[in-house]
Amino acid sequence: MKTTQILIAGFGGQGVLFAGKFLAYKGLTENMQVSWLPSYGPEMRGGTANCSIVLSDSPVGSPIITSPDVLVAMNLPSLQKFVDTVVPGGQIFVDSTLIDMKVERDDVQVFYIPATQLAKDAGFSSLANMILTGKVLKESGAVPFEGNQQTLEAFIPAKKANLIDANLKALQIGYDY
Amino acid sequence: MAQKVLMKGNEAIAEAAIRAGCRHYFGYPITPQTEIAAYMAKKMPKIGGVFLQAESEIASINMVYGAAAAGMRVMTSSSSPGISLKAEGLSYIAGSDVPALVVNVQRGGPGLGGIQPSQSDYFQATKGGGHGDYRMIVLAPASVQEMASLTIKGFELADKYLMTSMILADGTIGQMMEPISFEDTEIKTFEKPWALTGTKCARKHNVVNSLYLKPEELEVKNFERFERYKVVEENEAMWEEYMMEDAEYCVVAFGIASRVAKNAVVSARKEGIKVGLIRPITLWPFPKQALLEAADKVKGFVCVELNMGQMIEDVRLYTQCKKPVSLCCRCGGMIPSPEEVLESIRKAQKGEF
Amino acid sequence: MATVFEKPKSLANVPLHYCPGCPHGIIHRLVAEAIDELGIEGITIGVAPVGCAVMAYDYFNVDMIEAAHGRAPATATGIKRCRPENIVFTYQGDGDLASIGMAETVHAAARNENITVIFVNNAIYGMTGGQMAPTSLPGQVTQTSPYGRDVNHCGWPIKVCEMLSTLEGPEYITRVAVNNVKNVLNAKKAIKKAFQNQLEGKGFSLVEVVSACPTNWGMTPQQALRWVESDMLPYYPIGVYKDRTAAKEAAK
Repeated sequence: MKTTQILIAGFGGQGVLFAGKFLAYKGLTENMQVSWLPSYGPEMRGGTANCSIVLSDSPVGSPIITSPDVLVAMNLPSLQKFVDTVVPGGQIFVDSTLIDMKVERDDVQVFYIPATQLAKDAGFSSLANMILTGKVLKESGAVPFEGNQQTLEAFIPAKKANLIDANLKALQIGYDY
Repeated sequence: MAQKVLMKGNEAIAEAAIRAGCRHYFGYPITPQTEIAAYMAKKMPKIGGVFLQAESEIASINMVYGAAAAGMRVMTSSSSPGISLKAEGLSYIAGSDVPALVVNVQRGGPGLGGIQPSQSDYFQATKGGGHGDYRMIVLAPASVQEMASLTIKGFELADKYLMTSMILADGTIGQMMEPISFEDTEIKTFEKPWALTGTKCARKHNVVNSLYLKPEELEVKNFERFERYKVVEENEAMWEEYMMEDAEYCVVAFGIASRVAKNAVVSARKEGIKVGLIRPITLWPFPKQALLEAADKVKGFVCVELNMGQMIEDVRLYTQCKKPVSLCCRCGGMIPSPEEVLESIRKAQKGEF
Repeated sequence: MATVFEKPKSLANVPLHYCPGCPHGIIHRLVAEAIDELGIEGITIGVAPVGCAVMAYDYFNVDMIEAAHGRAPATATGIKRCRPENIVFTYQGDGDLASIGMAETVHAAARNENITVIFVNNAIYGMTGGQMAPTSLPGQVTQTSPYGRDVNHCGWPIKVCEMLSTLEGPEYITRVAVNNVKNVLNAKKAIKKAFQNQLEGKGFSLVEVVSACPTNWGMTPQQALRWVESDMLPYYPIGVYKDRTAAKEAAK
């Protein structure tokens, strides 16, 4: 039985929920059992936002993640809030453009990716979320990297199909970093 | 098998309602259920249906009352404070014996409370809410798939028994996405000779009414209604049993709490504790028989709820207090962790209830 | 022998429970005559209020529903949106429509809901035994304003037609009375027009009928009708407050 619990956290507007949805759809494409649970409420407007994604080969129990296997932190408050909840042996992905803090735990794997800077350099400043997600796909092995286009096509509405290419490129940048 | 798509629980309710033949939705915005209204607003005009945002929850439930009396499959949805406002209409709908579907995506209370998930409207849903002797069929989904399947079931039961079916969900299941497939199930429909259609000058006029000024008449009406409720209790209780075959302890939880509890049951089993789970799917009618049978087998119960302990009263009642029952609860929008539930199971094993 | 006068078909052949001298019987008859004359009894659905007319569901020989207090316009909305081919009317008193049901009234009017509202204003709660209504006049003595309605304490009466006619939404807002033959005949015309508007899909039509309550006013029926003339109508003047179609035609 393999289950990966992923928590993505950051400011509202950073694409936290979108990245989570992408991972959930990846799982669905792979015929896995998945759940996606957003934080909701006033914090979605400019405050902190997070979402929990469970990817599993057996039915998902609780969709609420208290001890993530994977944490993606897109701002400092999120890293501070969740760093100690990650399971020993888990992975933490940090947007090091926006977060100075270093993780002081030695029982987890930490990846520092200047995602916001990489996104700016590539000309799509709003896709730091997908750069981090590309790295998560590579390092966590939760779902295969292949088939991203198919997944994006499945949940990006047709009238926004022009965004698919940029998303694919961002995922690749993260994967290659 | 139909193709699976990812959907929010709230959206699943809306889509399922449309598939069940609901073409009339009346509502008023409130977090965390507004996706239902948004979905209906988008879809209804395209399929010849009606979405109408009312001026209040009170107006919306009375629009539902009118539409139900007109013989339509109709629904409204809200969250806890809004359901309190709808209580008036729920009582009238019950007293007039017309079918309707009402969704409560619960949030923390009392008062304005909060907007995070809760199960603290259990009493309101299962014991009353509005005035007078009446019942509602209360369905408690624990997954996005069940948000859909119980919505369809809810419409059918409402029509069959001329009652309100309430979907008692919570903010978590409303907001979360899970894969869901809409099977091409046959939708049952029912004749409604009592409906307001206009007499066409061809029959006696139909009257939809809950007023009986003669106490003898009102009593008979209530007796008749409760005969119908008895049939519901005998035939419509639904529940899930998980790892109960050899269980020495039984966790009882519904909705999102049952998901957390399931994780805890799995963990406890790894520690060698023989524990299982009974998940009521209908909260009214309550799965009395399942609980009573479990009471003869297990050493004790752990009730897990997102409130200060409401369903636990029914667990005690229907296990006839044969075995001790402990409570593991969080409230106000907080959710117990699997670890907290596991700790309660461990305590039960030590005889601490 | 030729029949010169008979009960409208849309009125059921049952005794009404109203007090002697109560104009509800007249108003019921006017509504039933309008339904008969338009030939719509087979497609009409009525919504009864809470108040003296609560049992109107037994009196009108059309499909009927009994609404919760004040909610008749919402219940009617639900029916009309399901069955736009039917004719839907509400019959409400002043407490029902202008106090507890004001939100439902205003919003149904604002939506130009294609329904007909018969609003019976007798300036008092009749069914519960004569309490102050939102339309009770300044100084009017009732069970709950025993020293006369003190506007400094409990506010001013609400002029429903004047208020609703400020809205863009409604098609037709008019006030009539039933205190003499001439007024009754005019009331009949207004009520029939309010149903005709619905048939033509024009939208929300409300007829306020200034009525009387001899029992709770503590008057004989004759005194009550005189009080309508001397005290009610100066405060609630008869007239058409809004008629969108007529206004459009006048503008041509």
